[in-house]
Amino acid sequence: MITDRKTAPEFRTVDHINLLKPVHEELANGCNVFYFNSGDQDLVRVEWIFGNQRFNDQKPLLNLAVNTMLTEGTHGMTQAQIAEKVDFYGAFLQVDYGYDNSLVTLYSLNKHLPEILPVIGDILTDSVFPEKELETYIRNQQQKLQVSLRKNDYIARRAFNKAIYGDTLYGLGADTETYKTLNRADMLMHFRQMYQPVNCTIIVAGKIEQGTVGLLTKMFGDEWKNTAITPDTSQPGISSSPEKFYFIERPEALQSAIRMGIPAINRTHPDFPSLQVLNTVLGGYFGSRLMANIREDKGYTYGIGSGMSSLKHGGAMFIATEVGADVCRAAVTEIEKEINLLKSTLIPEDEISLVRNYMLGSLLGSLENVFSHADKFKNLYFSDLGYEYYDQYVQTVKTVSVERLRELANQYLDFDNFYKVIAGKY
Amino acid sequence: MVKFNRFTLDNGLRVIVHEDHTTPMAVLNILYDVGARDENPEQTGFAHLFEHLMFGGSVNIPSYDEPLQRVGGENNAFTSNDITNYYITLPSANIETAFWLESDRMLSLAFSEKSLEVQRNVVIEEFKQRYLNQPYGDVWLKLRPMVYKKHPYQWATIGKEIKHIEDARIGDVKSFFKKHYNPQNAIMVVGGDVDLQQVTALAEKWFGNIPAGEKYVRSLPQEPEQHEERRDTVVAHVPLNDIYIAFQMCDRLDDDFYAAELLSDILSRGTSSRLYRSLVKEKQLFSEIHAYMTGSLDKGMFVFEGKPLENVSIEAAEAAIWNELETIKSNGITDEELIKVQNKTESTLIFSEMSLLDKAMNLAQFELLGDADLFNHEISKYLKVPTSQVKELANKLFRKDNSSTLLYLAETAVENQTTTTQNA
Repeated sequence: MITDRKTAPEFRTVDHINLLKPVHEELANGCNVFYFNSGDQDLVRVEWIFGNQRFNDQKPLLNLAVNTMLTEGTHGMTQAQIAEKVDFYGAFLQVDYGYDNSLVTLYSLNKHLPEILPVIGDILTDSVFPEKELETYIRNQQQKLQVSLRKNDYIARRAFNKAIYGDTLYGLGADTETYKTLNRADMLMHFRQMYQPVNCTIIVAGKIEQGTVGLLTKMFGDEWKNTAITPDTSQPGISSSPEKFYFIERPEALQSAIRMGIPAINRTHPDFPSLQVLNTVLGGYFGSRLMANIREDKGYTYGIGSGMSSLKHGGAMFIATEVGADVCRAAVTEIEKEINLLKSTLIPEDEISLVRNYMLGSLLGSLENVFSHADKFKNLYFSDLGYEYYDQYVQTVKTVSVERLRELANQYLDFDNFYKVIAGKY
Repeated sequence: MVKFNRFTLDNGLRVIVHEDHTTPMAVLNILYDVGARDENPEQTGFAHLFEHLMFGGSVNIPSYDEPLQRVGGENNAFTSNDITNYYITLPSANIETAFWLESDRMLSLAFSEKSLEVQRNVVIEEFKQRYLNQPYGDVWLKLRPMVYKKHPYQWATIGKEIKHIEDARIGDVKSFFKKHYNPQNAIMVVGGDVDLQQVTALAEKWFGNIPAGEKYVRSLPQEPEQHEERRDTVVAHVPLNDIYIAFQMCDRLDDDFYAAELLSDILSRGTSSRLYRSLVKEKQLFSEIHAYMTGSLDKGMFVFEGKPLENVSIEAAEAAIWNELETIKSNGITDEELIKVQNKTESTLIFSEMSLLDKAMNLAQFELLGDADLFNHEISKYLKVPTSQVKELANKLFRKDNSSTLLYLAETAVENQTTTTQNA
């Protein structure tokens, strides 16, 4: 039989997404725990998530430094002992600082949890930020920053965030001097105020045994107490810069980094899913208009994309790329053309149906394992949204009209008002 | 334990099926047994450029990406010095689309001039973005030719120079395709929410009638043992000094491979590792230091890389690394250290089973090594390594006359040095 290679096989669109929902428990000390129990491997991921403290522009690095240095020693254990124990039991202990929350994440085989969990307990209640380790931290961060500051994309991102988010945790762009504001006393104070049960959410994902629940409840419910100081997780309001254009000249650049965009809504706004569809058309996937034009037709770049950041107190829509220094202006012109096209012309049916299918497949594909289900939950929980958000999202992706998308382009994508940063040559 | 079934089509295409019904997705991964090591020394970067051209349309299908995105799929590919690997993930109901697309480009490409022209530019921009326009970005372009004098690992996958990419012609593209892209040189893994019977039928339908092509017989110049110390110094517009020391090491199938990986873990994996503890924390000589191996199929590299603190001279920094190496050569490692990195390796392997795509890629790569089932026996090979083997290996590898040292110096540091000399 001759195979017909010209015609695409029949296909089905994704019609629903099954999300795993957690079991919720509130512990005696006010800490909320969510359990996602699934999977074949005898392992778990446990995350302790803390809301960041209010930004202080005199001490802007406290949230970051306290989080990063949690593994640097307690009264009972040195950094070396903590690291040795975690590694010996084949566990992975990470600290991750985010704009809204600071995380401590543990990956462990179930069989080693009784040995490993007490280490986390110790870290969360008794970190001491030793002076010597702090000096090392500051020095090494200053060195790393010097390298980052030679990278155009880093410089551009930093200038862009500063312009959009101003003096907040989101806009902070530290320089080597900023690290000198850190001192141990401030860090201890910050730690005691922020790392408390009432400011903590625990998310457990994996194959959860009864013993694990018992251990966690005892260690992080019964034995962990709140202190007398209330955490302050309020944040100052955002005021964006009046200056919209930033050119950071780098005379030796072979490529220029371009980052441009505009403050936008976050996930809590009803337009958010529709705007994600629009963003996908523009620059949210490999076949997007920006990629098709600026990489695949013009060959100006290795990659270009657009994205939406949804933060607790703000959000932005942005475009980022690195292009040949000689074609930087041409690339900016093409980006503008693509944005204007979204505002003037309806997205053709063929293209929008592709994007709808792509987005649904991509959502399905993002649910690779139980960890991904927990990650989806985090998106909801920290935006105060319920699971109906994803039903709504799927519905919107399937049905939002091209007329509505054009309206949204006109409402949200005002190119003249974009913040534009170029690092390199222009 | 990753279960799978395996069969070979008449044209030589090897197919592995891994059923995992915990996911609604499927993955189709094709590994072509061709990498940068198979390139002509005058046309380097070609395997990677070719990977880009594989997305430029095939003989019956003008666009590769578009129909895949339309059925909710995603794809990507990578090229290494050894292999070129392409993968698709998509909702399992649409798995046939993946067969359709992959089989057509194995049958023949469209060989469009426009696609070649654009991808040449894209790859040149990639060359700039990753290798030339980044601080320290060209290290590998300089270090590889120091370590390899004969073997084609002496160039990076991106190529020796931009000119090689600029010079690529459509005739070269066609002959490269003919030589390397046929069923006999490929391994396909289909995984996820699929079943064996369905995959067998689809493989026959879409790949069965692709001509077998010629079997590429690899015969690369092997790298002779190194018996002299090699050194080079680069001065560049970077903020900090950086030291690279590379040692030649065994190939992937050598019995020492597992000991080498454990050795690199003991030296540098995580914050309890020897180099971090000693050189970053205790002696405070480096802001960062790493040891790792390239893991290549032929003779590999065992590499140390470190950025000394600004008040530490490059000589002192280099001596401090050697001091650590001499210690491990003389005293070996403790049982506890070995158990620690073995435990870590074990949990890393178990965690990697959480990802369908990782499993598929691993099965393909182990099949290339000789048998996909080797994947399931990896851990026992790490657990069998005795402390004595690690010590012996350290003595075998870490010799001055097996080292290639690249000092990557910051321009300002050199200016300071010059000033000092003048004042002296």
